[in-house]
Amino acid sequence: MISDRLVKRFVPAFLVCASAVFAQGTGSIAIHNARVVPVSGPAIDRGTVVLRNGLIEAVGADVTPPADAWVIEADGLTVYPGLIDALSTLGIPSNAAPTGGRGGGGAGQAAQAPAPARGPEDRPMTTSWVRAADLVRPNDRRLEQARAAGFTTSITFPERGIFAGQGAVVDLAGENAGRMIVADNAGEYVSLITAGFGGGFPNSLMGVISYVRQVYLDAEHYRAAKQFYSTHSRGSQRPEYDRALEGVLDSPRVLLPATRRIDVDRMLRFAQELRLNALLYGLPEGYRSADLLKKANTSVLVNLHWPEPARDADPESPDALQVLEVRDQAPSTPAMLVRSGVKFALYTGGFERRADFVRSLKRATEAGLAPEDALRALTLWPAEIYGVADRLGSIEPGKIANLVVTKGDLLQDGTQVKYVFVDGAKFEPVEEAAPARTDAATPAAPQEGKR
Amino acid sequence: MKKLCIVAGAFVAAALAAPPVVIQNATILTVTKGTLNGSILIRDGKIADVAEHLTAPTDAQVIDASGQFVMPGIIDCHSHIAADSINEGSVSVSAMVGIEDVLNPGDIAIYRALAGGVTTANILHGSANAIGGKCTVVKLRWGKDAHDMIFQGAMPGIKFALGENPKRAGNPTGQRIGAQNVNYRYPATRMGVEDVIREAFTEAKAYQQSWKDYNDKVARGEAAIEPRRDLRLEPLVEVLEGKRFVHAHCYRADEILMLLRVADEFGFKIRTLQHVLEGYKVAKEIAEHGAGASTFSDWWAYKLEAFDAIPYNAALMMRKGVLVSLNSDSAELMRHLNDEAAKTMKYGGLNETEALSLITINPAKQLAIDNHVGSIEVGKDADLAIFDKHPLSNFAKVEKVYIDGELYFDRNKDLAERTAQEAEKKKLLDKEKDLLRRNAPARRPAA
Repeated sequence: MISDRLVKRFVPAFLVCASAVFAQGTGSIAIHNARVVPVSGPAIDRGTVVLRNGLIEAVGADVTPPADAWVIEADGLTVYPGLIDALSTLGIPSNAAPTGGRGGGGAGQAAQAPAPARGPEDRPMTTSWVRAADLVRPNDRRLEQARAAGFTTSITFPERGIFAGQGAVVDLAGENAGRMIVADNAGEYVSLITAGFGGGFPNSLMGVISYVRQVYLDAEHYRAAKQFYSTHSRGSQRPEYDRALEGVLDSPRVLLPATRRIDVDRMLRFAQELRLNALLYGLPEGYRSADLLKKANTSVLVNLHWPEPARDADPESPDALQVLEVRDQAPSTPAMLVRSGVKFALYTGGFERRADFVRSLKRATEAGLAPEDALRALTLWPAEIYGVADRLGSIEPGKIANLVVTKGDLLQDGTQVKYVFVDGAKFEPVEEAAPARTDAATPAAPQEGKR
Repeated sequence: MKKLCIVAGAFVAAALAAPPVVIQNATILTVTKGTLNGSILIRDGKIADVAEHLTAPTDAQVIDASGQFVMPGIIDCHSHIAADSINEGSVSVSAMVGIEDVLNPGDIAIYRALAGGVTTANILHGSANAIGGKCTVVKLRWGKDAHDMIFQGAMPGIKFALGENPKRAGNPTGQRIGAQNVNYRYPATRMGVEDVIREAFTEAKAYQQSWKDYNDKVARGEAAIEPRRDLRLEPLVEVLEGKRFVHAHCYRADEILMLLRVADEFGFKIRTLQHVLEGYKVAKEIAEHGAGASTFSDWWAYKLEAFDAIPYNAALMMRKGVLVSLNSDSAELMRHLNDEAAKTMKYGGLNETEALSLITINPAKQLAIDNHVGSIEVGKDADLAIFDKHPLSNFAKVEKVYIDGELYFDRNKDLAERTAQEAEKKKLLDKEKDLLRRNAPARRPAA
């Protein structure tokens, strides 16, 4: 605490954030006399949360701190479950880039650009077997920034390629990478990118879609062929090992991109056709796609980076009315999804500062999203969508001790994040430099580029 | 609240069972049943009656079309609108891809084509490959979702292409100009194009056989594993089995004959030859094969293989017994196909009905949807275009367009809504400007 205060007092204000780590994962901590927002139930105006061995031991108005606990007097503070970024690359350093290919060969060839694919059989831009759980590193510099904004967990995916690989539920701190993994298989991340003209198959959107379809058909056939071979191995030809299909068969769900309403429609039909357990992501036009989502009973991940006008847009040539409407209405997506009964979670899409995240969220609440639902969409709902609500997403006994303690409302600008607990380990983020408009004397500009 | 919902539900139900529409006092160009002055009764999306005198039902919505002309909705047998991608040009056989996967009902070209009287279009894959992707016939139901645009019951199609495009004239290696990525794509000659088609159908026959063998094994009670489904070969098997139409992009007489002979040899049919600018040279052979021809009126010389074209092509082929249509292949040309049809009266001496048939009943027959659309006949879909003058006049404008009896374009409504749209646009621009101003300091801190 003292060292932290010293830092605060003497380090120049342009230091965006820093934190001191107290490895408290194994001991007991009691956050005493705090306002507790468990999310799973009504808020407790004055209560106590007890953490032990990285788990939540007890929570309630009449819980007494155990004798061995380190007690944090939290009058005037609020305890929330740690926020979950429902889709990100947090924890994967940006240089990890595996390449595609059918099988064998191994990672040793990764440095060379692959030859242009001549068809689906070359498995272009496919690394479906790659696991985020194997790529996550505790020293990713973005982790500290995310914790400072109140995030304790990320659903982290490899994001390069058509079949980019499998996501993991990742806690945003840990002594080593293995300790960070909460669940190692959150689903397969698919993006509909093309090789570009001259880059081989596929080089069109319909090519990518047909490729994804062929891979799922191949995966079904592969499964059947392996099954057949296991009972008829004598006298039958063995199926060829295919790591691309192994990866696809491994994944409990698939994440498909959906920007416009037409994409939502297209991807829902696609998922239905291939009987995929699909989760759509993006959704700036979710506000006008809720009927389709409700009908298909599909959950979605909504990007908090609302569409913006191009930086270099020609002021003499404004965008079409339809484009302007989408930019105006996109932040009403979460509210519309709540009204329509569509389950969703929010993801930040990456942000530089907590203030930017809060501002994006504010546009959603101004467009009708209840603040309680905003909190749910960043805690319990993503946990439910990814099947880890037994461990994460709310303050309940037995769940992982991922908490945020704030002075003020967690989702409001200007609120101070006092402590962040990840697996019971306490972090104290240093307050971000105030935005220039309120404190012009200490501009944060010099640190903008540093991440 | 519940009550409100019920009321709203009843309202929607009422709207679905739309009242009949009567278009009165029009000159009706039926295309197949002559021309008359009279009325058309539309009920449940179909043409219920066409007569000089008919009594409008009491609940009917009456459209007075005095001095105006009604023709069947125009059908474009070759269009590339309403799709998010057109060419999968990386491979010479891209039969695994399909337009249906990427239909985009929000493409403004749909609305603009409607404003030119078009109601149905064959959305084709591009011509980058000897065997291209699957095609989809759509009705231009502007405002509906992609699936609701699909012409239900229309035969599926596939695009083939011959000549310079698939062999990549001007860029024969397929190499990207000014980039490192090299995709040496076979073929580079017309011989190669033929070879690619032959190879593909040889593969398709083997694939077809593998399924037959599997089914035979199963029938005999032997243990067997299903063959792997090959999305590239499945459409070609459908072609062999007559379940999918081939629409082949072509220009020169020699390549046309080549394709017809390859098709005869492998036992499948070419449904339409597209562009087919030298079709007039081999019209007899085209007619013998039973292929249709979908051509341009007077668009040529944009590349070497299009130099030997003449504006009499459509008329000459028609006189030789070929089923001929005129197509657009362009979002712009699509808006005045009536003008294109009119040109055949000057070049080739077609009469009015023959000229109109090139953009209505003939493309309908080529796409095998002529039992639904293509002429104004009782029982057919109420797909109609109302022009203010005779549609074969250069001065004619489309006033209204109906698809399945539903009004999809109304010139007056469009004009009336423009002011409100401009105001809405200004409002949104101002709002956004304001938002950006409020957020500016935190995004770009004062330096």
